[in-house]
Amino acid sequence: MLSIKNLHAKVEDHDILKGLNLDVKAGEVHAIMGPNGAGKSTLASVLAGKDGYEVTEGSVDFDGIDLLELDTEDRAKEGLFLAFQYPVEIPGVSNVNFLRTALNEIREYRKEDPISAKDFMARVREKSALVELDPKLASRAVNEGFSGGEKKRNEIFQMAMLEPKLAILDETDSGLDIDALRIVANGVNKLKTKDNAVIIITHYQRLLDYIIPDFVHVLADGKIVKSGTKELALELEEKGYDWIHEKA
Amino acid sequence: MEALQENKVVQFTEGWQQPDNLTSIRNEAKQALNAMDFPTTRVEDWKYTRTARITNKTYTQKEATSDIAPYRIPNLKCHELVFVNGYFDKSASTFLEDDGLSIQGIETLDEASYAEILEDTEENVFSLINKAYSTGGLYIHLAKNKKANYPVHIIHVLTGNGVIANSRHFIEVEEGAELYVVNSYNSNGAIDSFNNNVLEGLIGENASLTIDKLQTEENTVFHISKENFIQDPSSRFLMNTITIGGLLVRNGINILVEGANCYSEINGVYLGREKQDLDNHTFIDHLFEHCTSSETYKGVMDDSSTGVFNGKVVVRQDAQKIEAYQSNGNILLSDKSTVNSKPELEIYADDVRCSHGSTTGQLDEDALFYLRARGINKKSAQKLLVSAFIGEVLDKIKNETTRAHIDTLFLEQFGWEF
Repeated sequence: MLSIKNLHAKVEDHDILKGLNLDVKAGEVHAIMGPNGAGKSTLASVLAGKDGYEVTEGSVDFDGIDLLELDTEDRAKEGLFLAFQYPVEIPGVSNVNFLRTALNEIREYRKEDPISAKDFMARVREKSALVELDPKLASRAVNEGFSGGEKKRNEIFQMAMLEPKLAILDETDSGLDIDALRIVANGVNKLKTKDNAVIIITHYQRLLDYIIPDFVHVLADGKIVKSGTKELALELEEKGYDWIHEKA
Repeated sequence: MEALQENKVVQFTEGWQQPDNLTSIRNEAKQALNAMDFPTTRVEDWKYTRTARITNKTYTQKEATSDIAPYRIPNLKCHELVFVNGYFDKSASTFLEDDGLSIQGIETLDEASYAEILEDTEENVFSLINKAYSTGGLYIHLAKNKKANYPVHIIHVLTGNGVIANSRHFIEVEEGAELYVVNSYNSNGAIDSFNNNVLEGLIGENASLTIDKLQTEENTVFHISKENFIQDPSSRFLMNTITIGGLLVRNGINILVEGANCYSEINGVYLGREKQDLDNHTFIDHLFEHCTSSETYKGVMDDSSTGVFNGKVVVRQDAQKIEAYQSNGNILLSDKSTVNSKPELEIYADDVRCSHGSTTGQLDEDALFYLRARGINKKSAQKLLVSAFIGEVLDKIKNETTRAHIDTLFLEQFGWEF
């Protein structure tokens, strides 16, 4: 589904990604772990197409499409979803209005008819229940006045509404208490099918107790320096990231 | 005679119709004009508004008729008073049954009491031109403790080339009465024409007046307005100004709060495109204690348009326990658009709560990216954010029918949905 080859990227004049390789197949869950400053969030931003990140080398193939050629919105329309580490508050734009606009633009791109108001609201109810998000929050302005946990649940709610092929969860677990973490993880697990894939970017092993990854990768200094199965995450938790540096 | 011909203002008005009965108000205004000149940008109050764009052209006063169907507010059952080129068109107007509400020609207003009411308001050269040469207007009077059955919609249409419309209205809401007025300025095939209008009013003790002003003129029309309101004790005044049309627009609202315990609120939205200059000047003068005023103006400027906001609030020495809030926000959608924002607070009382804020910037890049990352096109994302930005002000329009009409206008003209 996703094939990243020798990806180099810089922000302003700093090289952040320095030859990153990653292959994600449908039905898989990958966790990318690493110390602060390793380039984890840069990877998420580059994949989502944020301005200010310059790809200097390498390629990203997303189901046969050159992802790096697409605008941010078209990447989303092709089925890429980024759950933000810091969801943005947008006063005056209601969650519902925003999601219906997004959903209909995605459907238009896929040459499907717009969703009816009735079907849309039914979907809002069903998917907000999935992450135990108060349906009232759905009609409020995007993330405005939401608690940290509500913001993260709102991200997963949006993911549920848009049903992406590939979801990248950027530090979705940071700042969450155990209950919120369990709710978020539960939502992600319920959305998992054999046809979609998830990349979990995290600093901590904790989330991986709830969402079991098929593969764990360690990102350090802009490259994946070690890959393994879920046991690798436990080992990292125990020994810390310095252990990787020592080995490398 | 020679001295008169050198006066640009007198030249400007040359050949305009002289009313048969030169009232004292007209006479005084004409006398004052003899000694006046048009403001240049060197005059502080007109620094950002180049009125030479208006005054270097010539205009005639010309009675006309126009289709008014496009300017009606759908589903708003109201008194409709139609002015075309500043002349009242009775056959196009509609009066409904409304006891307590009297709508007459402004000539029926007693000049002596009018002069007394507006004694402390300021005139400028354009309002004096209007006063000297006004071709008609309304005297709207609502009796004590009455709530008007229907809103009043004054529909102004400007049509033709090089035409000036000098309409002048006076609204008087007596003690305890309540009135809602929509004042719309439109144009129908008008080129290089000039809407030079005056709207004045007195809000009696414990009375309430709400005005929604809609400016939708074509971008070939000039508009200067002077809006003077006097508030008696415990009165409430709300005015929302929505400006989406006009090549050069200068709105000037002056509120004289002449009593304690008053509430004054003025809000505005101005949306500029191409080479539009949209200027909002406001002045709230607090003379008495325990009053609240609130002001929210928001502008969105595109292409090479220019926006001006100058909001002045004066709190006089005896006006203790005043709360005065003012905010002006602007979004620039293009590199060539500009905004000049100038809040002015003059406070002479010591126990007051006043705040003002002014921001001008581009759309929030993080918000834009967030929306796009969910699959929303850049253009749609911008629309959502702009709609949200000005939606806060549009929400001040309490009449749902008027609001729906404005939403339709915005959707048609800008593709913005709320």
